[in-house]
Amino acid sequence: MTTLAYSSQAAARPRRYLHAWHLVGLLAIVLFAVFPFYWMVATSIKTQAEALASPPVWLFTPHLDNYTKVLFERDVLASLGNSLIVALSTTALAVGLGTPAAYALARFEFRGKQDLWFWFITNRMLSPIVVALPVYLMARTLNLIDTHLVLILVYLTFNLPIVVWICTDQFRGVPKDLDEAARLSGASRWAIFWRIALPLAMPGVAVSAIFSFIFSWNELLYALVLTRTAARTAPVSATSFMSGYDLPWGEITATGTLIVFPVVIFALMVSRHLVQGLTMGAVK
Amino acid sequence: MAGTPLKHLGPALWNNTRAAFAFLAPATVALALIGIFPTVFALVNSFRQYNLARPKDPTPFIGVDNYLSVLQDASFWAALGRTFGFLLTVVPVQLALGLIIALLLHKPGLSGFKLLARMSLVVPLATAPAVAGLIGRLIFNRDFGVANALLGMAGAGPVEWLGDPLNAFLAVALMDVWQWTPFCALVLLAGLSMVPTEVEEAARLETRSRWQVLRHVQLPFLLPSVTVILILRTADVLKMFDTVFTMTRGGPGAATELVSVYIQRVGFRVFDQGVASAQAILLLILTIVLARLYIRFVYREV
Repeated sequence: MTTLAYSSQAAARPRRYLHAWHLVGLLAIVLFAVFPFYWMVATSIKTQAEALASPPVWLFTPHLDNYTKVLFERDVLASLGNSLIVALSTTALAVGLGTPAAYALARFEFRGKQDLWFWFITNRMLSPIVVALPVYLMARTLNLIDTHLVLILVYLTFNLPIVVWICTDQFRGVPKDLDEAARLSGASRWAIFWRIALPLAMPGVAVSAIFSFIFSWNELLYALVLTRTAARTAPVSATSFMSGYDLPWGEITATGTLIVFPVVIFALMVSRHLVQGLTMGAVK
Repeated sequence: MAGTPLKHLGPALWNNTRAAFAFLAPATVALALIGIFPTVFALVNSFRQYNLARPKDPTPFIGVDNYLSVLQDASFWAALGRTFGFLLTVVPVQLALGLIIALLLHKPGLSGFKLLARMSLVVPLATAPAVAGLIGRLIFNRDFGVANALLGMAGAGPVEWLGDPLNAFLAVALMDVWQWTPFCALVLLAGLSMVPTEVEEAARLETRSRWQVLRHVQLPFLLPSVTVILILRTADVLKMFDTVFTMTRGGPGAATELVSVYIQRVGFRVFDQGVASAQAILLLILTIVLARLYIRFVYREV
């Protein structure tokens, strides 16, 4: 339909013209979005001399020295391990606590539902510094500074709302009839949730888990305030090179690449749901 | 036949506060312990004299003194003003660029390239803000940064980006534009795809002016997206910390010190927990207002 309408109105040449501009625009988007990332990756496989060259070097022989250096001489491998432990644990916890809550929000009618909703969205918008100040003092009293546990728990402040939000949406899409039929045949409420609703809601659960992982993996402020050396996460490690005059840019960008690369893969997996996750389900 | 018993069962099954509570309790208790309890603790501390640098000192309650000193503190207001200045700098650019990108992605044809462009938009969104700050610091380096190299090709002299207050502010803003324009583009694209195809095609037959179509047909469907963007971007800039911290640490001077960065400095580098808590509580109030707006204008059905 569209093609017909266009070609009947416009002659062939302006149409091809339009096409060319469309193509240029799309390529400009790709350039805009990928260039800073490309520049980081490119710098990570340069020598220090090439990284600091002025004007910048565009063609060079890639080498992986920066990666072996940060992984085996600096503590980046350990901090990537810390990030992985923290992000996986907090995600598992958020999914375990969040999915039953999401089920209840999708299914039940009860008083205070709106207030709960409101509370979750406030948590999504709250600046981490508000929570970081008191949590630091509490963690200090409880001897939890520089442990994985404190980060795993504090990351729930943003992970739980995400999981609850996305999964509520997903549970709403699972027909109630199934639950009601199971109830008639004598299944307990928990069995209905666990055996019927949850398996059907798995796509949403997976998406929310990936979001939760990404946000935890990327987080800096809490980790900066609450860890020192033993539980230091990768983003804190990346910032720790930033002292002194001659910054080791190859190593910094290698660490940055190691942080960002897995997330890009994950984000591409959920790219269809990216907007839904970032707007707390307001836009699909 | 089968429908009748179910209909009776339905309300009885779902209007059950006790059952709902059992499902909600774990998440609610957890969030209360790690979210509300610390916030209450911060509220208590905001009425105290509490400096971490003097651990031996008592921490007496001093009423609203911390709030009074925050309200009279010119640098706090400057940080807040800077934060809204930042917002007013980046959001119009992000909306404009985002709309152009959304229109390019919405336009029929070239589906392979559109897919490529959509996938590339994921890259800035996936980049850890802390790493985005590091990239910014690299790109905007005066001596070997690629920004100055590109300016040099265009014949413009090297710009002192991160050493100059105004330019550093712009550099951080540019990194924010890079990171968050894709978000605006994707939200606006979702709005554009809400326009019924028949309506859009009919409008295109009526007029050949793309502006007319945008203004009268597509804009009404875009307004909800714009609301979402305005509120979420405001919340995000109010909590923005990572990018600024790794890129400029708030400097030079206080040129890029947005409100969350400022509170972090007062709490953890000046060690004044009392005053920082008072500032944090004020920020919390601002956030609650925003969340209310979000619910009011965005989730109309709730």
